Amino acid sequence: MKQKSLTYILIAINIYVNAVCEEAMAELSEKLLTILSERNEFDTLDLSIELQFDHQRLVGAVKSLQSLGDVITCEQRNSKQWELTDEGKEIAEKGSHEALIYESIPLEGINQNELLGRVPNGKVGFSKAMSLGWIQIDKAAKDGPRVTKKVEAIEDGVKEICQLVKNFQIDKITEQQKNECKKRKLISEVKIVSYFVKKGNDFKTSVSKQEIELTADMIASGSWKDKSFKPYNFNALGLPPASGHLHPLLKVRTQFRQIFLEMGFSEMPTNNYVESSFWNFDALFQPQQHPARDAHDTFFIAEPEEAHEFPMDYLEKVKTVHSIGGYGSQGYKYDWKLKEAAKNIMRTHTTGVSARMLYQLAQKEKFTPSKYFSIDRVFRNETLDATHLAEFHQIEGLVADYGLTLGNLMGYIEQFFKKYGIKKLRFKPAYNPYTEPSMEIFSYHEGLKKWVEVGNSGVFRPEMLLPMGLPKNVSVIAWGLSLERPTMIKYGISNIRELFGPKVNLQKIYDNPLCRLDK
Amino acid sequence: MPTVGLKRDVLFSILGRSYSEDEFNDLCFEFGLELDEVTSEKEMISKEQGTDKAEGASEVIIFKIDVPANRYDLLCVEGLTRGLLIFQQKLEAPIYRMIELPANSINQMIIHPSTAAVRPFAVAAILRDITFTQERYQSFIDLQDKLHQNIGRQRSIVAIGTHDLDTIQGPFHYEALPPKDICFKPLNHKKEYTAIELMELFSTDSHLKHYLHIIQDKPVYPIIKDCNNVVLSMPPIINGDHTKITLKTKNVFVECTATDLNKAKIVLDTIVCMFSQYCAAPYRVEGVKVVSPDGSYLMHPELPYRKEIVSPKEINKSIGISEDASSIASLLTRMCLPSVIIDNGQSLEVEIPPTRHDVLHACDIIEDVAIAFGYNNVNRTISDTNCVAEQFPVNKLTDLLREVIAAAGFTECLTFALCSREDVADKLGKNIKDIPAVHIANPKTLEFQVARTTLLPGILKTVACNKKMPLPLKLFEISDVILLDKTKDVGARNQRHMCAVYYNKVAGFEVIHGLFDRTMQVLEVPNNDYKFIPVDDAAFFPGQCADIMVRGQNIGKLGVLHPDVITKFDLNMPCSVFEIDIEPFL
Repeated sequence: MKQKSLTYILIAINIYVNAVCEEAMAELSEKLLTILSERNEFDTLDLSIELQFDHQRLVGAVKSLQSLGDVITCEQRNSKQWELTDEGKEIAEKGSHEALIYESIPLEGINQNELLGRVPNGKVGFSKAMSLGWIQIDKAAKDGPRVTKKVEAIEDGVKEICQLVKNFQIDKITEQQKNECKKRKLISEVKIVSYFVKKGNDFKTSVSKQEIELTADMIASGSWKDKSFKPYNFNALGLPPASGHLHPLLKVRTQFRQIFLEMGFSEMPTNNYVESSFWNFDALFQPQQHPARDAHDTFFIAEPEEAHEFPMDYLEKVKTVHSIGGYGSQGYKYDWKLKEAAKNIMRTHTTGVSARMLYQLAQKEKFTPSKYFSIDRVFRNETLDATHLAEFHQIEGLVADYGLTLGNLMGYIEQFFKKYGIKKLRFKPAYNPYTEPSMEIFSYHEGLKKWVEVGNSGVFRPEMLLPMGLPKNVSVIAWGLSLERPTMIKYGISNIRELFGPKVNLQKIYDNPLCRLDK
Repeated sequence: MPTVGLKRDVLFSILGRSYSEDEFNDLCFEFGLELDEVTSEKEMISKEQGTDKAEGASEVIIFKIDVPANRYDLLCVEGLTRGLLIFQQKLEAPIYRMIELPANSINQMIIHPSTAAVRPFAVAAILRDITFTQERYQSFIDLQDKLHQNIGRQRSIVAIGTHDLDTIQGPFHYEALPPKDICFKPLNHKKEYTAIELMELFSTDSHLKHYLHIIQDKPVYPIIKDCNNVVLSMPPIINGDHTKITLKTKNVFVECTATDLNKAKIVLDTIVCMFSQYCAAPYRVEGVKVVSPDGSYLMHPELPYRKEIVSPKEINKSIGISEDASSIASLLTRMCLPSVIIDNGQSLEVEIPPTRHDVLHACDIIEDVAIAFGYNNVNRTISDTNCVAEQFPVNKLTDLLREVIAAAGFTECLTFALCSREDVADKLGKNIKDIPAVHIANPKTLEFQVARTTLLPGILKTVACNKKMPLPLKLFEISDVILLDKTKDVGARNQRHMCAVYYNKVAGFEVIHGLFDRTMQVLEVPNNDYKFIPVDDAAFFPGQCADIMVRGQNIGKLGVLHPDVITKFDLNMPCSVFEIDIEPFL
């Protein structure tokens, strides 16, 4: 509570100070108009010197007059001016280092070290005072070198020069004096922007103070009726609202989720990043020597190294179909090893989850036609570059029903992409160990003027489905794509690391537009 | 997907016409190939090694074509053009036959039991009276290379050796010997080396060094010799110089050694089917009797022709077309699968040639019908599979919470699920031994040693990459962490966490506290159902950390981070955070 009231007080003070400033500004503006009416023109810099008034504030007042319309006209002028440095300012006020040294010496003289300690910049002052012949030193004195005054009175020329500069009377000092000060870094030349002001077409001497904003008080008192209000500057930007933002990639994920839900697909539980090779590969009829199962492409797990639980009946059937075939298949004719299937990995696709779902579906007493989808992370042991990450999101949709056709698969894919705004699709024969037929999905990219691959699809192989126990006449059609690629195309992102991971540019998240896939 | 580089002009001359790039691209697309790149040797070298290196290289135009990974018969210009010409009905599929010699022929390869310990299988065949040209020879070498890389898995599963038969004499012996007992002159070398010396010699060979590991640590190395002890090869590393093939070679002995017999047969069939084209009797291959350690023997190459019976009705149903049996038969014939109608049109008998080992099941035949029919000529329809959609509850809750937290002024991060051991342990003042983390066995970089057990490091790294942004930074993420869990089949499980971070010149604990209160409010947890119990945690500033207890359950922590943690994540401002498990709110 304490903190809150303090904040309120601070805000109140701030408002008050601003109000005072407003008041003072209006006053100054009117004064300038009066001057202008007498003289017809003035230069802000000259006037500031004449009035001994801060130039910046004067310019501020001129600018605010300018904003009133054609009351005055301004012409910008650039000039150079000598100004005191911080050291120069100090000298103008307190005197030169040498004068200060001189003043600090008592009648009886003083030990040199003590003297130097008394005066800031004592060393400079001391050597200047020596060379000017103001002081002398007795190096043979008993307690070390002793300094005494040599002359009775001095004239602090440097201070005078600094004061002249301060009062804009630079013309009263000689070129030699100027150079001396420059060398001692007491003055410096600065560029000054000033304004040459003349009467405008609508010149008037009084500015009725314009209100900035309508306030509650004005409404209560009705005073708004008598006031004039400053027109709002519509060219300026508004105040950005304090706001949080959703991540661009996940905004796209939301839209894809929405598309699947609209099409009646249920979401699969894909929250298992660690998967056994059995579900990730073997269940999908992907042979144990397939290159995708190489350590080169897949993250294997050291801890927990192996999965320890499998549906054993089913596992035996998977083993058989790989090693000797069955269900009308030749099989791959190799020595299938449980050891290889037990190896845990970071899943390389979400299709392992699809396999688990289909297996569960097959265990039900009666097969129910189903439509499933998922959008979740998958992992590849890749070296990171502008287009590859070690993890990315896979979008996957599948339909399991009696008598599905390849035409159905293309039909679903077409509807799916239509909702995403892609209307022109074609399909290319492809190879995938667990689908047959397999099709790569290409869409025509209007910008690139060519066909680009947007996804992969196929009909799950009988060698995958039949060992699960699904009825023979049930087909499962499926398609998949990555979430990152369409997002990068949509937002014109060329480096995937700007989209996913810690190297994201937060400003881009702040500025990201609505995600409307079909726009 | 393997890529095959073929000279455009050679390709077109075999195909009997030239194509524009687009035309050829379309032809490839329909057939399931992809014209990946049009280039030249010069262009490839200058791309890889710089323009100066490419000086004088050939400017002949090369088409790089992507071939499906299971179509070994399309990996050379002979096979690819043969496939395309048959597809276009300009060529009839050849019949490949093995010529069997009398059982007492010297065309024998005897496998010794000693090979069982290292590389137990071998098959062989003879290409008789072949005519090589420079082009054909190069293609022959390239095909072996492609087969080594793909089905051979960098020679580990299958390795091929091809030899000038006229320099050697059967029967041939495939055995395994201790490296010190092997001595021969390797291909393109001037003197003899023992196997031990060879391994040393090749350890710096940019090409061969990749294969040494396959046998390096074995007590015995495989070796193939002829009846006079002339070494043909030491698979899978190198051939002998003695049997080297030249353009003048007329008779070629092909051997494949393997750890997988089926793959060895596929490789042998592929090579001889492709190159018997250039034999005096085209597509005829001379057999070799391969004798197993148990004395049994088989003639190779097998060149199997298998028959599948398929139903045109089923094919139509699977694809969603309605073609009659004869048109399906002709579609299949175009895919090198000659078919005849049987059972009065009720069935088709499809013959699968030895070039199509990829056909495992009727579904592969269905695919070929669909390809020949044209995928893009099939009507696209939707099935009447009616389902009521359901969201996965934890994802639904996550999406609802994300909206609320963003509306409260926090910005969402998306960080990696894999990170370094340091990220989840040392940097948070913990010992990795105490963290229930999943460890990666083969990470390529330190960034991916473990699966994250907390979302905090990812968000702190996001802050570190965005230090130039105006303060305060208010970030959150709702995503999965991964924890060891013995009760799960794989021994680990995901858990959905929510983590929020406030980073500013002052710790601003009340901001994080306020966000947590808001979270509880929207989850309808009343004030007196949750409390904070002060606790010591190395990641947090002493006295400024608490366990979050909701209805008696510890769901996470909140507090101000310890300055050591802040520094270790390369940050320099105070930071307050909370991280909770949101699954109790399902």
